[in-house]
Amino acid sequence: MNGWSVLDRFLRTDPRDAGCAEAMQMLHVYAELVASGAAAQQYPGIAAHLRACGPCGEDFEGLLAAVCDEAQ
Amino acid sequence: MQKALVDPARLDAESAEWLQALAGAGPRREAALARLHERLLRIARREAARRGPRLAISGPELDDVAHQAAADALLAITAKIGQFRGDSRFTTWAYKFVIFEVSAKIGRHFWRHPVVPLGAEDWDRLPARFGFDPAQQAEWRDLLAALRRAVDSELTPRQREVFVAIVLNDVPLDTLVLSLASNRNAIYKMVFDARRKLRASLAANGYLPDDSSRR
Repeated sequence: MNGWSVLDRFLRTDPRDAGCAEAMQMLHVYAELVASGAAAQQYPGIAAHLRACGPCGEDFEGLLAAVCDEAQ
Repeated sequence: MQKALVDPARLDAESAEWLQALAGAGPRREAALARLHERLLRIARREAARRGPRLAISGPELDDVAHQAAADALLAITAKIGQFRGDSRFTTWAYKFVIFEVSAKIGRHFWRHPVVPLGAEDWDRLPARFGFDPAQQAEWRDLLAALRRAVDSELTPRQREVFVAIVLNDVPLDTLVLSLASNRNAIYKMVFDARRKLRASLAANGYLPDDSSRR
């Protein structure tokens, strides 16, 4: 990926983006859905947010790892 | 401690057991708190270790982050247990707290030990931040000059301050939250609006494809 596409991707915003507050509020529900392999399409705003927000995406990865570890 | 309001019949057996034990008193509750703390600490350690290498924190400092995060998460969980609605397993809801605590503590670490002064403004860092090849400067020089003009002309002073901190200085968003005495949602929204304005400006001037042509 070159600089143009990195910059373009950084500046591109998704109008469905739910924002940090809603993502943080629902993160445990969303993580369980993803961990169980169930469709998480019912939360498109959270999915869009987690793709764009580094800190929330990082929290999601950590929680997902904890949930998956628990399930094993 | 708040009392859990969720109907235990709606819960899986393990979550119901956690709630009953934590709502009780005496040795059963103490044992449940110790068990929960043990799990929170395990997750905090793993999460701190996962983030550590990228953050140049290691050893006792990282373990200290994990211990503080587990202790503070346990306090938050017992204080907010009345907010548990049973829409996930109890442990998933509880683990969210410890993940957030690790995030916050790492953000605080950077606030105390900034790699770059928060107010610094070195625009020469911009090409590297987006991975532009110095050998091809002729191709991207005009684009980044236009971006800098847009930062100066399109953003509010606060949006500009946040953009410079996050993009030029690579300040973690959670560190900026502390520095500006704000919250993650407010800072993210500010960056979101700044990104939208900057992209619109660059697209209007022909530097990036128009959004409408791609949707």
